[in-house]
Amino acid sequence: MSEQKANRFGFAVNRSRAINYDTSDRKVREYVTLREPSFRLCFACGGCTAACTAGQHAPFSLRKMNTYIRRGEIDTLREEVARCMLCGKCLLVCPRGVNTRNVVAMTAEGIRKLDRNEL
Amino acid sequence: MKEKTKHVIVAGGGVAGMEAAGSLAEMGIRVTLVEKGEDPGGHLLQWHALFPGRRPAEEVRKYLRKRIAHENINVITRTTVEKVRHHGHEIIADLSGGTQERADALIVATGFDLFDAHRKEEYGYGIYDNVITSADLEEMFNRKRVVRTDGSVPSRIGFIHCVGSRDEKVNNNHCSKVCCVSAVKQAIEVRKLLPECEVFCFYMDMRMFGPYYEELYRESQEVHNVNYIRGKVSEASVNINNRLVIKVEDTLAGRPLKMELDLMVLMVGMEMSKPGARLAETSGLSTGINRFLESADHHYGSNRSGVAGIFYAGTCTAPMNITDTISHSRAAVEETVRYLGSK
Repeated sequence: MSEQKANRFGFAVNRSRAINYDTSDRKVREYVTLREPSFRLCFACGGCTAACTAGQHAPFSLRKMNTYIRRGEIDTLREEVARCMLCGKCLLVCPRGVNTRNVVAMTAEGIRKLDRNEL
Repeated sequence: MKEKTKHVIVAGGGVAGMEAAGSLAEMGIRVTLVEKGEDPGGHLLQWHALFPGRRPAEEVRKYLRKRIAHENINVITRTTVEKVRHHGHEIIADLSGGTQERADALIVATGFDLFDAHRKEEYGYGIYDNVITSADLEEMFNRKRVVRTDGSVPSRIGFIHCVGSRDEKVNNNHCSKVCCVSAVKQAIEVRKLLPECEVFCFYMDMRMFGPYYEELYRESQEVHNVNYIRGKVSEASVNINNRLVIKVEDTLAGRPLKMELDLMVLMVGMEMSKPGARLAETSGLSTGINRFLESADHHYGSNRSGVAGIFYAGTCTAPMNITDTISHSRAAVEETVRYLGSK
């Protein structure tokens, strides 16, 4: 994310790592929350990530993904959501009863629509 | 021959003191209730509604007022107990104003002080507009008007947890216990009063220790769409639009986060009250590293001071909610009555 490229003067400028809540895009969040209201209930325990098969082999964490949705970190989210295989094991673990599988599906759909300017 | 009526002094007329006085009076014991303020009631007097059910605080105030409306209770206001000592078979208490009160026993119920938010200068309380404490917000709820200093309606409010608690920088390593659930309660109330207003809680841990607290936390997310961000706010500033800008690490994303707020609510914690600390100092009552009164035994003697005839009730020993304060106070009465019987 923070790309470092030397400019014509020979020095590099790092992009800020900070999440700026006031400029980030939360359309996907609204899209997901509206279609899967249980999404609000996630309290980031990480049970889903521990159960996740994809997460054992690829850097995928549904717990982190939920935070990216909430903060509107779309670029990170786009990479993240593609790694889920929709097996639904996370659904069996969630102590708050979040329909995690549908959260992933709606996120993928939301991003597709965002990219097509439909949100 | 009829035995002489026993007399107990209760130092402090908050929830603990009022409950203790009422219980003692009911058992035929004469009580002198010493309160520092204009009226008994303590911090409860400022509160609008109580967690977890959001019932009006007035209901509990009413119960307590009724509790102390007893012929055996003499209420002395605008007075504090400055020193207490055991003398022969008697307890002698020096009151502010120079008078003295003699009794068979004394219950310390001096309660807590709210943390003075000015001490966390980085949050700008008393420096910036629109930085308020949880107690200030209750005042706003009492007036049914949650507004910014310029009178405008806030569109985003942030609650900052652990202000003055779990913080070595202000010499308070203890957790004040009730602020988490207070924030959840107040967040819900804001959402109900101002449905257009976004609400964020910035927390380190959510400590939902009491019955129905966790359910309230869940309700705040499920029904009222309150947002929770895990991270301690490091500082606040004001931008050109006179909105507050906070810096926090979103510890779940693992990245710093910046956010503008219209109103910032500091969830101030509990500290040992000043009159309580003074009484401990003058009377040789031991205090713990958290500066609250230290009981004779942590597990089975939390109402005993270690001095014969002096007992503890409520938040002078540790932060507590109202339910626990009332239970603790009743236990103090039980210990006191047992002591009076053994004399």
